[in-house]
Amino acid sequence: MEIPYTVQNRPDTGIYNAKLGIWLFLASEVMLFGGLFSAYVLLRVGADQGMWPHGWLNVTLGTVNTLLLALSAITTLLAWAACKVRDFGKFKLFHGCTILLALTFLGIKSYEYHDKLAHYEIALTNGKFADGHFVEQSKDFDLLKKTGTFTLHGHIVEDRRELMDLRSPEAQAAKHEEITIAAADIKKMGNYGPRHNTFTAIYFTLTGLHALHILGGTLVIFYFWGPGSRMWKTDPERFTNRIEVSGLFWHFVDLVWIFLFPVLYLT
Amino acid sequence: MSESEKPVSLQSYIRLCGVVFLVVVCTTSAMIATSFSHIGEGWTLKVALILAIAAVNAFLVAGYLMHLLSEKKLVYTVLAFTVFFFIGLLGLTVWATNGFPPGTATH
Amino acid sequence: MQEKVQQFPPFRAGQAAHAHEAQAHQEHHEPGFWQKYIFSTDHKVIGIQYGLMSLCFMLFGFFLMLLMRWQIAHPGVPVPVFGPLLEAILGQPAAHGAISPDLYNSFGAMHGTIMVFLGVVPLAFAAFGNYVTPLMIGAPDMAFPRLNMASFHSFFLGGVVMLVSFFIPGGAAQAGWTSYSPLATTIPTYGQAFWLVGMVLLITSSLLGAVNFIATIIQLRAPGMTWMRMPFFVWAQFVTAFILLLAFPPLEAAGLLQLMDNVAHTSFFLPTGLAVGGQLADISGGGSPLLWQHLFWFLGHPEVYVLILPAMGIVAEIIANNTRKPLWGYKSLVYSALFVGFLSFIVWAHHMYLTGMGQHIATFFQTTTMIISVPSVIILTCMFLSLWGGSIRVNTPMLFALGFLPMFGIGGLTGLPLGLAASDLYLHDTYYVIAHFHYVVAPGTIFALFAGVYFWFPKMTGRKMNEFWGRVHFWCSFTFMNIVFMPMFAQGIKGMLRRMSDGGVNYAAARVPNAIDALPGTVMQLNGWILWAAIALGIAQIPFIINLFWSITHGEPVNHNPWQATTLDWQTPTPPPHGNFAHEPHTVRGPYEYSAPGHATDFTPQDEAESQAAPKNPTEHH
Repeated sequence: MEIPYTVQNRPDTGIYNAKLGIWLFLASEVMLFGGLFSAYVLLRVGADQGMWPHGWLNVTLGTVNTLLLALSAITTLLAWAACKVRDFGKFKLFHGCTILLALTFLGIKSYEYHDKLAHYEIALTNGKFADGHFVEQSKDFDLLKKTGTFTLHGHIVEDRRELMDLRSPEAQAAKHEEITIAAADIKKMGNYGPRHNTFTAIYFTLTGLHALHILGGTLVIFYFWGPGSRMWKTDPERFTNRIEVSGLFWHFVDLVWIFLFPVLYLT
Repeated sequence: MSESEKPVSLQSYIRLCGVVFLVVVCTTSAMIATSFSHIGEGWTLKVALILAIAAVNAFLVAGYLMHLLSEKKLVYTVLAFTVFFFIGLLGLTVWATNGFPPGTATH
Repeated sequence: MQEKVQQFPPFRAGQAAHAHEAQAHQEHHEPGFWQKYIFSTDHKVIGIQYGLMSLCFMLFGFFLMLLMRWQIAHPGVPVPVFGPLLEAILGQPAAHGAISPDLYNSFGAMHGTIMVFLGVVPLAFAAFGNYVTPLMIGAPDMAFPRLNMASFHSFFLGGVVMLVSFFIPGGAAQAGWTSYSPLATTIPTYGQAFWLVGMVLLITSSLLGAVNFIATIIQLRAPGMTWMRMPFFVWAQFVTAFILLLAFPPLEAAGLLQLMDNVAHTSFFLPTGLAVGGQLADISGGGSPLLWQHLFWFLGHPEVYVLILPAMGIVAEIIANNTRKPLWGYKSLVYSALFVGFLSFIVWAHHMYLTGMGQHIATFFQTTTMIISVPSVIILTCMFLSLWGGSIRVNTPMLFALGFLPMFGIGGLTGLPLGLAASDLYLHDTYYVIAHFHYVVAPGTIFALFAGVYFWFPKMTGRKMNEFWGRVHFWCSFTFMNIVFMPMFAQGIKGMLRRMSDGGVNYAAARVPNAIDALPGTVMQLNGWILWAAIALGIAQIPFIINLFWSITHGEPVNHNPWQATTLDWQTPTPPPHGNFAHEPHTVRGPYEYSAPGHATDFTPQDEAESQAAPKNPTEHH
């Protein structure tokens, strides 16, 4: 039994099955990320005055990641082009680059996650807020028993709102230094994880889901680059189609990032 | 691949990619510049500008890298419906959440 | 039954490049049990896998309902027969064999979830769609057979996760099948997290299925099978697949967000100042509970059409076949189905009038809701008109199809008051809503699905199901179904709320007797009647279950086209072999050429060549 149009284009539609399949899948992905973007819009529009953060994420790292993904999108296209002109060596080279670029992207992303998880906001018993990155904690540090100390690199503010807009002149001018706080002075503390506020929540969810897509895409591309490339010898045309289809997915993942970057890092 | 497609050379693709990458670098810089500039009161204008630039960037990726510009009508039809329903989802949800009678809670 | 299968030359021999290789390969390698029944990529096996599993889930969901009806009719009284078993399995929530309010809530949530996502959708869309669609369009299989298998396995896992959640501490999800936040996040059980993971798996399964169906219908139609020669069933599946493809992902997004709320303690759907048990919740706040409702109903409403469109497709096929004349208004049916599919995306907020939305947006959704009833009425009207002047063959599939028409009519028309904000505000939280959508789905869609089972059973097995017991099944189901649901309209109009675990006893007692808003005694009495009718409805399914399995080996043997149908699914050997068709079919005419003047038989198959149209061997009838 042979399923028609796995390699050749169907005359009346002009495309082969997998290409239609991937575009349909991408349509559903548009709605998936569309739902999440809608959530972002509603959370941002519905946030209390002055409570939506600005400048919380590292623009340099975001820009580097944007360019890395753009480059990987280009090497993906070139890998497909290499298949089309039947140059297997160039295909290996270009998709090898794609995989390395993708892994670098994930590395930078995990560094950024780590940075957020090591960032603490501490509500003090005197009504002020200490905010900064974790440095160390004493061995006997225990919030419940109120023993020990917690040290972070940052600053102390009067009002939580001062922590929201890090682009403001006041926040830029703030002096950051090592602060040691006794457990007895801590009313409540927490890191900038997903539960910190709706911004970090949507940040971790959107970029986390995107990172899962990167991971999935990398695995697929790695398969075609490694064990799956056996098909090159038996059916190069079908293999080229596979590279095109996986490339379309990869470009879509890049496309999502093109919107994630400005929405999370720049505004 | 359809038989009608023109014979391709790797060089032509590399040239295309060079141009696309250059434009991506330019648009990304433009977004960052807009983000740190002081145009408009608050964020509204800046967000609109940045999203507009991002749309240009997205158009490049979709149009050239995903070769959507030379795609078949069937794919356009599928995407047209998707975009329409996405706009419906976002637009109607925002409308419904903002369309509460005055004095009633929105959350 | 094997010897009745005619021998045909191999599929497209000499045309496909690898046909000989594949043929040789198949002969040498007979697939083992696992490959044949568990990891099969054949659309027919996958269709049957979906069918059996969803029937089991429907039976399970029905059983949950019986327990709930007992609790409603006799609040706090231990469940007879099954009470000790419940206590043994579930422990404290079913202490002394009685159903606690928490357990009632879980049963309610899981009944809805199981019936919709694990019962009706997989049976209507995945099972019938998988088995019948490729046959009807003349395709050898689905476009992506391995994706098809992955889709079933994802569905299976989702089902397992849902079932497992009953046995975890705290029990299964309790926040209703709609899982509104913040309720869904604040109930202290991980059942909700299980529910969400299960839903993500089920949604993934549906998405993969939808991609596969659309690609198959667009790409694999046999030569000559133009769009307007497709049977209406295929159109219905096509529209359904598009709805699933584009409406499910926002719910998947919402599911992920609520999973974050439950597991990572974010506040996507939790508002600032949320108090739980009199204490201010330890959350960041700033979220929007309404956002969940929007994202949920963005799927939730199109889902109604996912439930109903395949059912309409099945009924259309059976009506055309048994009236022995073409469907009335085929083009109107097709365009109505497309229009329904399109419009179903922009009516969702009519489930949310009670949130107090503004006048303008409410007007918008009331308008679209009224508009969408027009194509639904067109479809139903076309089917009624198709009966006109036909020489109707009354058999079990036709009985169920005929039963579908008025039942769906009642369900649809009673929905109109719910589409208008003014009447919906009163009716929304009452049993009226339960009655309305159950009329659409239970005697509506499920009757159509029964019709489909009786109709395509001979294609799957080569034998017919027993006609007498089929009729018993129909008449008992029809009677008891109506006794179950009809009183609920009255209860709802009288103001009986739909989420009370005691069936309204406390509510009725708290009111001054004989006051206008008190529930009269008759309303409470109806709970008892409904219970017994529901039990009788359960007993009425026993002939069906026995008939289904008994007929596989003992049913009346029939040839490949026992209903003398025109569509391509009946022009294959029975049961269809791997690859389906003996020859690649060439479609030369529309799907419903019944009683064509001048033709020897009263049906002209879609692939019958013009020249040999007259002397086709008359099909023997047992």
